[in-house]
Amino acid sequence: MPYTPHTKADIREMLDVIGLEKETDLFSSVPSDLRVDHLNLSDSLDEFSTYTKFKNIAKKNITDKVMFMGGGYYDHIVPSGVDALAGRSEFYTAYTPYQAEASQGTLQSLYEFQSLICEMTGMDVANASMYDGATALAESALMAVRLTRRNKILIDAGVNKTYIKVVQTYLKFRDIDVEVIQMDKDLTDFASVESKIDNTIAAYLFQNPNFFGNVQDFTSLIAKLHESKVLAVMSAYPIALGMIKDPGSLDVDIVCGDGQCLGNYLNFGGPTFGFMATKQEDIRNLPGRIIGKTKDQDGKEMFVLTMQAREQHIRRHRATSNICSNQNLLALRATMFMSLIGRDGFANMSSLCHSKSEYLKSELKKVKGITICNTAPTFNEFVIETPLSAESLLLKLRDAGFYAGINLGNLYENHENKIMISVTEKRSKDELDTLVAAIGEIL
Amino acid sequence: MSVTETIFDKSHEGRPGLALPPMDVPAVSLDRTLVRNVKAKLPQMSEFDVIRHYTNLSNKNMSIDKNFYPLGSCTMKYNPKITERVAALEGFTSMHPHLITNNMTDSMQGTLETIDMLEKTLCEVTGMDAFTTTPQAGAHGEMLGIMMIDAYHKSKGNKRKYVIVPDSSHGTNPATAAMVGYEVITIKSDANGAMDFDEFKAKMSDEVAAVMLTVPNTLGMYNKKIKDICALAHSYDAMMYYDGANMNAIMGVAKPGEIGFDVIHINVHKTFATPHGGGGPGSGPVGVNEKLKPFLPDLGIKKVDGKYELDHRSGTSIGKISPFFGQYGISLRAITYMTSLGGNGMYNASTKAVLNANYIRVRLRDYFDVPFDGLCMHECVFSAKTLAKNGVTAMDIAKYLIDFGMHAPTVYFPLIVKEAIMIEPTETENKETIDIFCDRMIKAVELARKDPAAFKAYPKTWGVSRPDDTLAIKELNVRSRH
Repeated sequence: MPYTPHTKADIREMLDVIGLEKETDLFSSVPSDLRVDHLNLSDSLDEFSTYTKFKNIAKKNITDKVMFMGGGYYDHIVPSGVDALAGRSEFYTAYTPYQAEASQGTLQSLYEFQSLICEMTGMDVANASMYDGATALAESALMAVRLTRRNKILIDAGVNKTYIKVVQTYLKFRDIDVEVIQMDKDLTDFASVESKIDNTIAAYLFQNPNFFGNVQDFTSLIAKLHESKVLAVMSAYPIALGMIKDPGSLDVDIVCGDGQCLGNYLNFGGPTFGFMATKQEDIRNLPGRIIGKTKDQDGKEMFVLTMQAREQHIRRHRATSNICSNQNLLALRATMFMSLIGRDGFANMSSLCHSKSEYLKSELKKVKGITICNTAPTFNEFVIETPLSAESLLLKLRDAGFYAGINLGNLYENHENKIMISVTEKRSKDELDTLVAAIGEIL
Repeated sequence: MSVTETIFDKSHEGRPGLALPPMDVPAVSLDRTLVRNVKAKLPQMSEFDVIRHYTNLSNKNMSIDKNFYPLGSCTMKYNPKITERVAALEGFTSMHPHLITNNMTDSMQGTLETIDMLEKTLCEVTGMDAFTTTPQAGAHGEMLGIMMIDAYHKSKGNKRKYVIVPDSSHGTNPATAAMVGYEVITIKSDANGAMDFDEFKAKMSDEVAAVMLTVPNTLGMYNKKIKDICALAHSYDAMMYYDGANMNAIMGVAKPGEIGFDVIHINVHKTFATPHGGGGPGSGPVGVNEKLKPFLPDLGIKKVDGKYELDHRSGTSIGKISPFFGQYGISLRAITYMTSLGGNGMYNASTKAVLNANYIRVRLRDYFDVPFDGLCMHECVFSAKTLAKNGVTAMDIAKYLIDFGMHAPTVYFPLIVKEAIMIEPTETENKETIDIFCDRMIKAVELARKDPAAFKAYPKTWGVSRPDDTLAIKELNVRSRH
């Protein structure tokens, strides 16, 4: 499909107005030795053939398995209302809301998004979203460096390992030291963290629940951090915040995370969005777009992009970040998701995930050969050790109809026989029982 | 009822929301010391309440499907519906990224094939040797590009401090350079709107890591000295960075890789028709030539014996800027569009984009100041500085236009043009729409000459008019307190 509406008569008439003879003359400012003749690509395809081509490619993926994988990306419900609303082209074909009067739909939705993130995290203020959870954590580290004027970051090894790698990449070009603090049996070693705290550290980055699913009480550690004016930066899993202590009440300074779980599909990791929330007094150091409420020239309330002097299009090389886009449509999906689920639904969803995970854990404990590795309480993810290699057990379970978990042996040394299992509200008791039976049969 | 009534205002205690799957196992909770005391104050609304709220909000937006969007530098072209249909295929949406961690490549042959198609197609369009789809937006791609350039210089023992950008560049260029630890040298534009070659020559040294250029530039002009710029930079072993924001002008016309650029990022939401979404999602694939290939991110794909495998790169790779393959679903929409458009369709698209822009340029050139004359590429820039002397600014014209069913052009960018009005019609608009726009612009000029004071009341049809930006900052209100 060419997607251009020009008739031959249009082209002639327009060229005559411009004063050119033929279309190729339009490119006369491009030096002739730089011109190419044609692109070595297939010619255009009609819509039906395009769809068929991609439908057949999609069939090459194996998707008909019951999902027990998590690790930052979760198989939660996506309400039909989210698809219907976000599928409105008034939202998805709109531009960035620079012309505020003609963008009140996007702007108000984002104001609601910021408010919902604040409620969920217990923080004062949030921005209008970042690319994803990993880059939001990296931006949080940079924000902590700006706020403290210190250039050393501690990061807990319990943080999602791919996130750690992204943070390391972001910081290594900036002469900022990053030290990964090793854990003790997959748990944050509070004594070890405390021994590293001093007044040269900008921030300590942690994740709760950590990558292995463990939930810990960070209250006293955060107080210790603050004694040396070290910022506490927490990477959060939104659905867990329906149950576990909100970071705001723990006096965390910057909270970030990934919003895939809030009404977005897995999609091989994206599109998703990241969020960042902080304390009121630190808002000027938040990167990314922020929406505020104001009044128009007749005194009527309206919404606008605000504090834009932090951003690249105004501040250029002195901006808080080079980020331009927010992941707006995905943030809108999260807004719609949180509104649809509502106050009680959010808590219930969290409870469903936790209860089902605990049930599966207790049933797996009964399977001969399976050990539950977690020694601390877990939210909806936990690690099992099996007599078989994780790789071989996961392949056998795929044949039996399950994507049963993440092979930790491919991420950590001495974890060859460990699998991380995640349970969401979508998994029925029947599916949990069938997985347990399948593992029992294989072992 | 306030016009800004939020979901929190519409919440009612006890109203049930969406029903969840049943609790078919014993309900348990974590230890009390770990549990939050107060529920997060999300609204309590019925599904229908939520649908009506956001449907009504959507009506307060302009969007391409409803309105002409001549936003310069933004390439607001039609987003073909086929791309949404393909991206919604369950075979793509339900792929878990940690299947990569599990190395279950036979589960994801379809997804990997689409990434391969996108990489290969982008290589052909741009003349680069390799692409990565891991960057999550254009600016993220810029950052990766400068990181790879930094790694290149370090690998050769080059000590570099500066990145050169022209004063007409996008703000992301200097912000990116700073983000990767470089100082920025800004070069002014010459009388033709191109980066001043003499000043560039004077500032160029073996302390410069890279030169970041947008081609055609943000004035819609093709820089005729481009090969000389590349040659001079390369003589100092500096890398040439191509900001692909304006790629829509030159598909099938010229290839950045052949011109002499070493690295390029593509904004797929511009040239390759993925939806802007009101400010994202983005996706910013980055292409490199052989010089920079060793520094690509640590995750790619390769084909071994007819089967796609993951390419885990170590050694000189810069590492990870994204956990996996970035905003994959957006890359999928881009390759769907490119497949549908085809090589012939790409050339046609660029031709019609340039045709539409030049038609507007000629139709309006007698009514506005023209900062740089001559044939433009896919966008044209005017200035309202004469009108501004009479009290009507570029912003006034913008606010006037949105009352007539069309979005405003980009105003006040590029920064080097006073009262800039930057117009990019794209190839997907028909002549009638463009004529209606031109006629309206001419009416705006006539009104500006006759009754400049009339402009301050615009817009009049959107319920609100002219936000107080100072008040927004002074009485900062960025969340609901309910």
